Amino acid sequence: MSDQDHFVEIRYAQKSYGSLEVLKDISLNVERGQIVAIIGPSGSGKSTLLRAINDLDPLTGGEVWLDGVQVNKSLPHRQYEKHINEMRQHVGMVFQHFNLFPHMTARENVTMAPMLLKRLSKAEADKLAEEQLDKVGMLDRIDYYPSRLSGGQKQRVAIARALAMEPKLMLFDEATSALDPELVDEVNLVMKKLAEEHMTMIIVTHEMDFAASVCDRVLFMDQGVVVEEGPPSVVFKNPTKERTREFLRKHLAGAA
Amino acid sequence: MGLDFTVVPGHLDIILLGCAWTIGIALAAALLSFFGGIIFAVIALYTPWIIRQPFRLIEWVFMGTPLLLQLFLIYFGLVQIGIDLPAFVAGIIGLGLHFAVYNSELIQTAILSVDKGQMEAARTVGLSRGQALRKVVIPQAVRDVIPPIGNNMIALLKDSALVSVIGVSELTLSAQRAIGATYRPFEFYLVAAMFYYAINLCMEWVQRRIERRISISR
Ligand SMILES: Nc1ncnc2c1ncn2[C@@H]1O[C@H](COP(=O)(O)OP(=O)(O)OP(=O)(O)O)[C@@H](O)[C@H]1O
Ligand SMILES: [Mg+2]
Repeated sequence: MSDQDHFVEIRYAQKSYGSLEVLKDISLNVERGQIVAIIGPSGSGKSTLLRAINDLDPLTGGEVWLDGVQVNKSLPHRQYEKHINEMRQHVGMVFQHFNLFPHMTARENVTMAPMLLKRLSKAEADKLAEEQLDKVGMLDRIDYYPSRLSGGQKQRVAIARALAMEPKLMLFDEATSALDPELVDEVNLVMKKLAEEHMTMIIVTHEMDFAASVCDRVLFMDQGVVVEEGPPSVVFKNPTKERTREFLRKHLAGAA
Repeated sequence: MGLDFTVVPGHLDIILLGCAWTIGIALAAALLSFFGGIIFAVIALYTPWIIRQPFRLIEWVFMGTPLLLQLFLIYFGLVQIGIDLPAFVAGIIGLGLHFAVYNSELIQTAILSVDKGQMEAARTVGLSRGQALRKVVIPQAVRDVIPPIGNNMIALLKDSALVSVIGVSELTLSAQRAIGATYRPFEFYLVAAMFYYAINLCMEWVQRRIERRISISR
C-alpha cells in the first residue's frame, strides 16, 4: 500500500515564489506521538513548511505523507479537493492570530466543522463542545463570542476547535507570539497537556524554553534549509553549527 | 377649496389593499435582492470567466438602464419570447434583480475584506471552499454590509411605486384610483406618503434590531 515508515514524512520539499526559493529540498520525519519544534529566524520558511503539511501553501516540489497516505498526491482537480478536505480533517492547525470565527460563540466555533462534516446531532455536538472546551479550561466561557475573550482564551478555544475533529497531528504556528506575556503560560499549559496525551505535534515557535521543555526534537531552519536538527539538549546546549549558535545567542540573550 | 380628509375613510379599503401589495412586493423583492446579491457576488468572485460573462451582462443591464425600462422589458418584452408573467411577479423580479446587482457590489467588497485567515481556518478543519464561504466568509461579509444594504432596501421600497406602471395595484396606483373617483389628489397622495413613511419606519426598526443582534457578537 505504501512504502512509508514514518508517521509524517516530508521528502525533498521545495517551495518557490517566482524566483524566490523559500524551501530548498527539506526532508523531515516525525513519528507517532513525537513533538518536533521548528525554530529559526524570520523569513526562514518555518510557516511555509508547516503550512505545506496540510497543503495550505502547496509545495512546488517534493512529497508530504501522513500515516501512509500522500497528502499532495497528483489527482484531477475535483478528486484532489475531496482528498485534501478529507486529509485536513486529520490535521489540526493553530494560528498565530487565532482565526476564531467571530460570528460564532466558543461552542459554535468548536462544533461547526464536526456538525457539518461528521453529521453530529445537536446533543452530540454539545457534548463534544463541553468536552473539548473543558480540556482547554474554557468550559465557563462556552457561550461567549470571541470578541469577549482575551487572547489566551481565544487561542485555547482555537485549540479546542482543532481538537474537536480528533486530529492525528497538530500543527502550531507561533501559537503564543501574538499574546501578551502574561497570557502565554495558559496556552503553553494546554500544549503541554496535549504532549502528555502523546499527541503528535509540530510546533513553530520563538520560545526556546518551551521548546526545550516539551519537544523530542528541534529543527533549526535558516534560508529554506534545515541547518541543524536533534534533541533539544544537543541543539540548544551544544549546537554543532555556527549559524545555530549565532541564532541562539541572539534569542537566548533576550530570555536570560 | 382647501383640504378635506373626510373623503379618505370611504376609500381606505382600497388604500390598505394597495399598502398590503406594496409590503408584499417590497418584501419579496428585498429577499430576492438579498439572496440574489449574495449569489451574484459569489459568481463574480469565484467562478470561471465563461460563467461570469452572462452575469456581467445582467449586471450591466440592471445598473446601466432605468428601472422603469427594466420593468417594461420584463413585463411586456418577455411575453414576446413566450414568458408571460403576472404583473406583480414581473415587478418583484425587476425590483429584486435591480437591487440584487447593487447588493452584490456591496457584498463583493465585504467578502474581499474578510480576513483571509478566516478562510484558512475553515479550510484547515476540512471544509470545502464552498462550505467555508457559506458558513464562515459570507455570514461575516453580510454582517459588515447590513447598514448599506438597509439603505438599498429603503430605496427599493420607494422604487416599488414604479411597478404601478405595469398595472400592479400597489399603494401608489391605489391612491391614483381613489383620486380618480374623488378628484382629491392632495389628500390621497398625502395618505399614501404617510403609509410609505410608516413602512419605512418599520424597515428601519427591523434593520436596527438586526444590527443590535450582530453587535453582540462583535
Ligand atoms: N505568498 C507569498 N509570496 C511571496 N513570498 C512569500 C509568500 N509567503 C511567504 N513568502 C516568503 O517566503 C519566505 C518564508 O516565509 P515564512 O512565512 O515561511 O517564514 P517564517 O520562517 O515563518 O517567518 P516568521 O518567523 O516571520 O513567521 C519569506 O521570505 C517570505 O517573504
Ligand atoms: Mg511564520
